[in-house]
Amino acid sequence: MDAFLENFNYIVYVVLMMIGLYAMISKNNLIKKLVGMTIFQSAIILFYVSIGAKEGAAIPILDHHQMHVAAAHDDHADTHKDKADTHEGEHADTKIHKADKHAAGAHSNHTSAEHASTHTDKHKHEAPHAGEHDDHDGHHVSSEINPAKFSNPIPHVLMLTAIVVGVSTLGVALSIVQRVHQGYGSIEEDDILNQIGPNADG
Amino acid sequence: MRVKPIKVFALLAVICVGSLLLSAMGDFPAFGDPNSPANAGQLATHYITQVRVETKVPNIVTAVLADYRGFDTMFETVVILVAGLAILAILRRPACESSRRFAEIAAMKSHVDLIQVTTCRLLIPVIQLFALYVIAHGHHSPGGGFQGGVILGASFILMALVNGLRATLLRFSEKKALFLSAVGVIIFAGTGLICMLLGGNFLDYEVLHQILPYTDPVMARSHAMLIVEIGVAFTVMSIMFLIYAVLSSGGEMEGGL
Repeated sequence: MDAFLENFNYIVYVVLMMIGLYAMISKNNLIKKLVGMTIFQSAIILFYVSIGAKEGAAIPILDHHQMHVAAAHDDHADTHKDKADTHEGEHADTKIHKADKHAAGAHSNHTSAEHASTHTDKHKHEAPHAGEHDDHDGHHVSSEINPAKFSNPIPHVLMLTAIVVGVSTLGVALSIVQRVHQGYGSIEEDDILNQIGPNADG
Repeated sequence: MRVKPIKVFALLAVICVGSLLLSAMGDFPAFGDPNSPANAGQLATHYITQVRVETKVPNIVTAVLADYRGFDTMFETVVILVAGLAILAILRRPACESSRRFAEIAAMKSHVDLIQVTTCRLLIPVIQLFALYVIAHGHHSPGGGFQGGVILGASFILMALVNGLRATLLRFSEKKALFLSAVGVIIFAGTGLICMLLGGNFLDYEVLHQILPYTDPVMARSHAMLIVEIGVAFTVMSIMFLIYAVLSSGGEMEGGL
């Protein structure tokens, strides 16, 4: 059972592939064959995306904080440390000050209590931010993006184009089927083979 | 009940293939394993860790699609253009007189539903605006030329479903669609050619900072990706609509559904 759950995506892809292949080979109706082809394509897409999945990883889009760190790193690589230290010190101090003030006023006024809580929340939000900056200054490597946190972008790229190209090929296939229907008045394979000639083996 | 031999053969073939695939599954890396060869490979790691330094585009998929694998995407766009041309070559035929008359009468007598038309008039601008957002914001969120182009094409298909193909073709004619699809490919390939003229390789966007104002070589890559995505969107939009128009009218581009 464990093995089944661990490989669930792969099993689904094999099953979908089998359904698609069966429809492509055995169905008599050309449209049904195309439906089989589309199911087959979906199976391939599922397979690729499953390969690119990582446990606990996010979508492969960096957030802007990470972009910002990169920019700061590029521009002021050497002066960054002092600046960040002083800046952060001030920032944290004022924050705490504000929070204290609000907390002091909180006894008298309900709304200001809410204010205080939002401020401390904000402060909490800032906390990991500051921590990362420290890391960044202390150890150069730890500010690098951890590849394990983002799922593999390559299968996504390949499948993005594969989907659109799949639609175009499906369009071409459908137009061929329509042309066949205009010529023979049928989209059943054995009908068409019978019309093509008596020698044709249905 | 007689079973067709082709069905037995298909079942056997499918079971063979399926059992082979299932037996090969034992050699796959575990699902979601970050250290599998595909995930921990040099290429994927490079894309994820270097994309912010090399292109300043947060969406790694867009950066890989339009920049690192620009050749691939350019020829995907060409594939779409060729698919549209192939559909025209297979199905397109001049409308015969009887079907033209029929379409005219049908257009005159057809009952235009007020609710449908009004809803569409409200919906289509919003859909198209959203499509433009998806194209333009592809650097920062899921999206890009392919997705935005398909949404734009869908808005025209919606128009054709409600107002009829004839009315829609008056606004977005077959000629215009073909022209725009070619323009899209020209924008993409032309960007690559300009890169060559400026002394770089084909689709090597860095050299574009010489002609794009207020950019450095890194931002030039980011901006050139947007240009290229716009080209992709043109092609995808017009070919999607063209496929619908040709298929739904049997190649006559008259009545439609």
